[in-house]
Amino acid sequence: MIVVIDYNVGNVKSVCNAFEHIGCEAKLSCEPGDIERALGIVLPGVAAFGYAISALGSLAELIRKVALNGKPLLGICVGYQMLFETSSEYGRHDGLGLVAGSVIPIPPGRVIPHMGWNMVKLPEDMDLFAGLGKEKHFYFAHSYCADVTDTAAKIAHADYGFELAASVQKANIYGTQFHPEKSGKAGLKVLHNFYDICKRTGA
Amino acid sequence: MVKGINFLNLRDAGDPVELGARYSDSGADELVFLDITATIRSRKTIVELVEKVAENVFIPFTVGGGIQTVRQIDELLRSGAEKVSVNTAAVANPDLLVEAAKRFGNQCVVLAIDARRSKDRPGRWQVCIKAGSEPTDIDVVEWAARGEELGAGEILLTSMDADGTKAGYDNELNKAVTNAVNIPVIASGGAGTLDHLYDAIVNGGADAVLMASITHFENYTIKQIKEYLRDRGIPMNL
Repeated sequence: MIVVIDYNVGNVKSVCNAFEHIGCEAKLSCEPGDIERALGIVLPGVAAFGYAISALGSLAELIRKVALNGKPLLGICVGYQMLFETSSEYGRHDGLGLVAGSVIPIPPGRVIPHMGWNMVKLPEDMDLFAGLGKEKHFYFAHSYCADVTDTAAKIAHADYGFELAASVQKANIYGTQFHPEKSGKAGLKVLHNFYDICKRTGA
Repeated sequence: MVKGINFLNLRDAGDPVELGARYSDSGADELVFLDITATIRSRKTIVELVEKVAENVFIPFTVGGGIQTVRQIDELLRSGAEKVSVNTAAVANPDLLVEAAKRFGNQCVVLAIDARRSKDRPGRWQVCIKAGSEPTDIDVVEWAARGEELGAGEILLTSMDADGTKAGYDNELNKAVTNAVNIPVIASGGAGTLDHLYDAIVNGGADAVLMASITHFENYTIKQIKEYLRDRGIPMNL
């Protein structure tokens, strides 16, 4: 079973719906026991960073611990941004610090928020994108972005007038700035790939 | 590209849950469910319907019609909608845009504008409210710019003159509004041929085009429409 972290932020049910649609049992939960037993964890997020990290509260430390112990973790949108060390959205906030880097405003000179479908170049060695080819469109909705400094992280980029870090992978830690649960068939495939990763890790 | 589903035409168009699933599956980029709250009286029913839609739609969808409060917006977003569109309530109470953007982010807030060519002022359009039934003195271009300032993240611009004619979008209107704002503008009303979609994007400057009847009655599939636009040089998610 995959646990989708329920911490009172925007639309998290869509993520569960998408997992259920691909035949993966997903439970919306904030129970420590569920998190520890889960095959994998999804940290969704539709909220401002500061709000999200404080809403996560003591769960943050538990998620950090199980992720460092090897449990697959997928952060989506603000959940992805929380994988990094800090964010400057409405003041300075600490993230989970699982991937080195910071969350900064999208550089000016383009439409902000970055909304809509954008092409992501998919590196062959990122497990999340297995079977998806060289590039695919995904759905984005964000005003801040990750400046990834972690040399151990693999990065998939999108072009938004600059090299936007659309997805990272560092060992068992995965994140997508885009919303796979809203990205049609390609997005469902990403979630399916994460489910496969969880099954392989748990086996 | 946006697929609009007008709930007023449910009998013609079919079950919204089924239709939504079908369009999500066939490659539409976004869906817009309009008049949903205005036509269905019970709020509980609306929320349940949006929840049902969200179980089967894996692309962003907007819900609009009769939304008046931040609380209603909150409910709809929690039920699975990506965005909500407001129209009449924003004209009556512009603070709704401010409050909604502050609480949910401007990417969730779509300002729907029903525009009608002004009889007194050539080359201008007036904002109409209450499903287009009531013209106001508000200038469409000015309202769009103000809406952006207040917190709208997107504008759904419907030409009431073009709507239903299948004679093409009002690209003069589209151009005037897209020149005045920096947020995405979805052109709506008037699509009859694939060429009209191309025109709205290239000549109207629209960031997206909404179509309703063209996919129902003209028998184009989403894929055919996208391939046509791609072949004419417009980047498409195919």
